[in-house]
Amino acid sequence: MGFKEFCFKKSLWLFHFGGASCNNCDIEILDCLTPRYDVERFGMLLVGSIRHADVLLVNGSINQRDKSRLLELYEQAPKPILVVAIGACGCTGGIFAEGNTFAGPVDKIIPVDAYIPGCPPKPEAILAGIVKLLNK
Amino acid sequence: MAEQLFYFLIFPGLLFAAIVGGLLSWYDRKITAWVQFRKGPPLFQPFYDFLKLLLVKETILPKHGSKGVFLAAPVFAVFGASIAGVFILLPLLGIETGFKGDIIVIFYLLTIPSLTYIIGALASGNPLAAVGGSREMKLILSYELTFLLVLAGIIQKAGMTISFNEIISLQTINGAFAGSISGILLFIVFIFCIQAKLALVPFDMPEAETEISEGIMIEYSGTPYAMIKMAKYIMFFILPAFLIGLLWGGLNFEGINILWSILKILFVVLLLTLIRNTNPRVKIKQAIRYFLVWMNLLAIIAIVLSYFGL
Ligand code: SF4
Repeated sequence: MGFKEFCFKKSLWLFHFGGASCNNCDIEILDCLTPRYDVERFGMLLVGSIRHADVLLVNGSINQRDKSRLLELYEQAPKPILVVAIGACGCTGGIFAEGNTFAGPVDKIIPVDAYIPGCPPKPEAILAGIVKLLNK
Repeated sequence: MAEQLFYFLIFPGLLFAAIVGGLLSWYDRKITAWVQFRKGPPLFQPFYDFLKLLLVKETILPKHGSKGVFLAAPVFAVFGASIAGVFILLPLLGIETGFKGDIIVIFYLLTIPSLTYIIGALASGNPLAAVGGSREMKLILSYELTFLLVLAGIIQKAGMTISFNEIISLQTINGAFAGSISGILLFIVFIFCIQAKLALVPFDMPEAETEISEGIMIEYSGTPYAMIKMAKYIMFFILPAFLIGLLWGGLNFEGINILWSILKILFVVLLLTLIRNTNPRVKIKQAIRYFLVWMNLLAIIAIVLSYFGL
């Protein structure tokens, strides 16, 4: 592992994009920042601007309106950027997959580096997914 | 010339101040984590952040905006912060004595980083950055007068000398200024000025990440953002150091005193961190009133008290 990659993996800044979710996944993501799970141990921070992000967390089903916004966000992000699809909705569409406003799971719109399934995934599962991403 | 360059670039300027500031910013994050019963980031976290931004990330330039100014602003921020750092740290570490009137020069140099953030934000052409810039401007207007009053109080306590080195040596002879009532008042006001200068909570409205998504920093990415981080690390070290030099007897690096000096810096940063962790963000209007009315009042009381030798 090169020095650059080492620094990158030691300091992943997260940006959270919630599509048309039922809001449960959003809460579980925020759970990871709380004292019990504390992802800042791994140098992760939640940032407010996509320009600072290294990881784009996408959860919720992506509908027609979200699609263009997600694409725009992805294009605005400074590369390299990792994309993580969180929850059944992010990975496959989940219970919204048959809906008529549904615009495809995340990986149809932008390339995804890691999938964390679950409805919602437990914070432990999100941490496990992040660890897998770090070891990739 | 070579000596000056060494002072500016390596010790005690850019490199040294940035490394110490980075460690202090780790300390700040660790204390924050402890206050919230978390474990906190590893020791070298600020350096990982900096190197990642510098080496790995792409730099994106705003499409609608003035690109040259946008890129130049962070460079000026680093220069301003490290020149101020040199002027503060040379007398403080006992390397050189500085010159007469350097307090005034330091006062102006310390505003350069905030000013360049505003310029960079306005050059980015982002409306949220413009909101952040205007908030930062109002904040500067409100705390700068207070900061000047604090310096006036200190100058009065030091018997009208405006040399940083003389103020430090006066305190080594007569005891620290913070030992008197007026000194304590000035210390409190100074702490809040630092808080506003560093844009820490409760005065972080220029960068309020929840309402205007990082405000003045919103468009920065990659190398320019790394420069801004560096300027922030430097400021995070030199402002507490300036406070200790002016009010708390300066630093001393002989024998066991070195421990005491480090503890002083850690204590001041601890105060800043605790204030930032126990307060909500105030509105810009409240911040202006807070400085223009209450902090100025405290500073003036301190000046009057010091006139009577208290
Ligand atoms: S995956 Fe489940 S919990 Fe998450 S947003 Fe979709 S429906 Fe809600």
